[in-house]
Amino acid sequence: MSHDMSEEKLPESHGSAGHHEVAAHGDPFADPGLPAHEPRRTDIDERAAKRAERQVSLMFVVSMLATIGFIASYVAIDKEKIVYVWPLGNISALNFALGMTLGVALFLIGAGAVHWARTLMSDVELPAERHPIEADDEVRNDVIDQFRTGAAESGFGRRKMIRNTLIGSMALVPLSGVVLLRDLGPLPEDKLEHTGWLEATPAKPLALINMNTNLPMTAEDIIVGSLTFAMPEGLHTHDEDFQQRIAKDALMLVRIAPENIKDEKSKELGFEGILAYSKICTHVGCPISLYEQQTHHALCPCHQSTFDLADGARVIFGPAGHPLPQLKIITDEKGFLVATGDFDEPVGPSYWERAR
Amino acid sequence: MSSASSTTSGAAKPASTRAKPANKWEQAADWTDGRLGIYSLARANLRKIFPDHWSFMLGEICLYTFIIIILTGVYLTLFFKPSMGEVIYQGSYVPLKGIPMSEAYASTVDISFEVRGGLLVRQIHHWAALVFVAAMLVHMMRVFFTGAFRKPREINWVFGFLLLVLGMFDGFFGYSLPDDLLSGTGIRFMEGAILAVPLVGTYIQMFLFGGEFPGHDIVPRFFTIHVLLIPGIMLGLLVAHLILVFYHKHTQWAGPGKTEKNVVGMPLMPVYMAKAGGFFFLVFGLIAVISAIATINPIWAYGPYRPDQVSTDAQPDWYMGFSEGLIRIMPGWEISLWGHTLNLGVMVPLAIFPMVLAAIAVYPFIEGWITGDKREHHILDRPRNAPVRTGLGAAWISLYLILLMAGGNDLFATHLHLSINSVTYFVRVGMFVVPVLVFIITKRWCLGLQRRDKEKVLHGRETGVIKRLPHGEFVEVHAQLPAKDLHTLTAHEQVEPFELPAATDENGVARKANVITRTRAKLSRGFYGEGSQIPKPTSEEHHEITSGHGHH
Repeated sequence: MSHDMSEEKLPESHGSAGHHEVAAHGDPFADPGLPAHEPRRTDIDERAAKRAERQVSLMFVVSMLATIGFIASYVAIDKEKIVYVWPLGNISALNFALGMTLGVALFLIGAGAVHWARTLMSDVELPAERHPIEADDEVRNDVIDQFRTGAAESGFGRRKMIRNTLIGSMALVPLSGVVLLRDLGPLPEDKLEHTGWLEATPAKPLALINMNTNLPMTAEDIIVGSLTFAMPEGLHTHDEDFQQRIAKDALMLVRIAPENIKDEKSKELGFEGILAYSKICTHVGCPISLYEQQTHHALCPCHQSTFDLADGARVIFGPAGHPLPQLKIITDEKGFLVATGDFDEPVGPSYWERAR
Repeated sequence: MSSASSTTSGAAKPASTRAKPANKWEQAADWTDGRLGIYSLARANLRKIFPDHWSFMLGEICLYTFIIIILTGVYLTLFFKPSMGEVIYQGSYVPLKGIPMSEAYASTVDISFEVRGGLLVRQIHHWAALVFVAAMLVHMMRVFFTGAFRKPREINWVFGFLLLVLGMFDGFFGYSLPDDLLSGTGIRFMEGAILAVPLVGTYIQMFLFGGEFPGHDIVPRFFTIHVLLIPGIMLGLLVAHLILVFYHKHTQWAGPGKTEKNVVGMPLMPVYMAKAGGFFFLVFGLIAVISAIATINPIWAYGPYRPDQVSTDAQPDWYMGFSEGLIRIMPGWEISLWGHTLNLGVMVPLAIFPMVLAAIAVYPFIEGWITGDKREHHILDRPRNAPVRTGLGAAWISLYLILLMAGGNDLFATHLHLSINSVTYFVRVGMFVVPVLVFIITKRWCLGLQRRDKEKVLHGRETGVIKRLPHGEFVEVHAQLPAKDLHTLTAHEQVEPFELPAATDENGVARKANVITRTRAKLSRGFYGEGSQIPKPTSEEHHEITSGHGHH
């Protein structure tokens, strides 16, 4: 509110909350009141004040120069130019010049303003009164009365049928907004249950394509202890739905000496120790990519779920809830590794409708 | 109100007391006042008093970084293409040449390398976002530890809390837009988390992604959420937050001349216009310099997103790190029943995540209920004078930090040469143990500081002067504190714990307090009982010591 009291820098004289500045000799802890203002150097020494004025102006002038520097850098420096700046290393000259000039131009406006406020503007502390947030009783009662009058005139409380049907209609109308969201996407149906390997049948198997070479593989291509990534035959990186397909179809092939495979079912699904597991972690769906040859452990770098590939990809550490699904593979008449069907359970993170 | 405004007879010369405008500016101000009524507004605010304390600038940093984010964000939308349409990169960044990628990723690379100054603005946008969330957290800590959230400011505390949560999520959405390998992994995580929701998870996933992961819609949809929906809500909340700050006026520390009924400081015009206005430029300037020299989120180094690829060290920005930590330390529990799967390994962390946050939101109401204090509070508590609150705040921060450590367990493992399993096991236990320890230590620390304050008030400060008494004893002379310090150190209130009413009423009939009342009494004893505060020195004690002989 207004500050007519700026002349009288006196503390409150009415003793509130136990503060009695008059009773200083009685109560040693009493509020002694606002301390007297202590002048700064610039308040009493005109030369110091002039110097502060020059400092502030200098900062504003340098800021102007920096802005001109910014524009000059924008025009003059090639966007592909790389420079070595110690200790930052090789960085983009344009980014460095623009950022530094902009930073200096902005910072010095701020520094000048703050320096001005601190040295030359008045630093006399003034008290201002607070007013309670709550209204006084008269206002409160008046408002409640007015509201009651309004409510009575509307008949809202009296005409219960109108009130109840209004509440009902208000409660239902947002449903339209929810319903309108339906066409954001398709229904889940059984989409999450199957992968692109579903197209494979014993009559028309799908070859496993090496992710790196884009070629089908024979068993000899995969050496014991190695990890190879594969995708189904017929999938290309430029396909419209490549991202959706690879998010479920990605495989990792590991070859383990058959005597080291602990899980019998897993051994049967594989071919001569080559096991094809889903690459998609069963936790939240990150691709698993870290493999430890000696222990046959595969680790997801996102949340560190660890799977024992020699033991049916059982979870041995981390937050994943179930093993990686395994794809049955055989070789066709040409000796290429192929799949004859889909995974027998959904790949990726689990969900409510997922049945094991 | 000027009397001129109440004069209705236009023909007679109105008895105006209004001064003639002295110059063009005053004339313009008069013109504007006639349309907008600016004078009444300005009378209340032009010389509004602001108390001075360095910690009050934390909130200013939040405000200024928010403005910087909006300014740079608008610039970025002029160049960014929120589309998942596939293009083959042919720009000037050689390592990516010929690689298929989404338009979103390609345009982000173009902003970084083809648009002059684009890289700088991208960096300022990201750095300002980090500073924004960090400043909000620290600002909230300031408000929490000083008790500034008490009546009448509880609602503003909730507004601030909502701003923090929305800021965190908008950061997550913004971080996802470039469609680089790291951000795509973050979205994949979100998809897995949504799938873990029982009953409707798969439906929400299909509707949000427009089909199966990753789909074609996710970047355009996130773009709208990131630039329009969340910032719009935040802007509204921010304005409400500031209006309330203005309306409530600032809190202040106890001190000479400062009471619950006044606010002592310097006026908005000119001191705070210069200081606060100048501080905006300081913040902007510093962030611009940081962006000139420190790279953040170099998406060109990560490459475009492919669902079958990932890099190690895949982590969200630090403010989401604690939710990542919860996910990483949760054991992989999964319940399969009647053909349905309940993925507890993901669901439980996702349920705890909002609870860790909500603990902050509800705290003012819990404390208000325990104290039953209905008065307004404008004088801040020193953290030591509210040991339980300070302990709870410190425990919360330790929980946040330990979960952040869990969120970077791979980094801790590689950098400190530890086993990742050990780090995870440590955090699994530490999450429950560390906050308790931190609470106990902090509370005791506060009590120790209270004792020291009491000692200072009663015995004065050590002068370093050694005096020899007639009988040969050496004593150090203690000097009495000046009156202003005596007042400041004893100005805090000490709340009496809430006691249960007597077990029988005045007629001797037994009455039993209900569970809620008994809980309140118990909590109140915990907050303000004997073990939780050191009695303040009284003036009698002070008299006795200062007037007596041989005490020191």
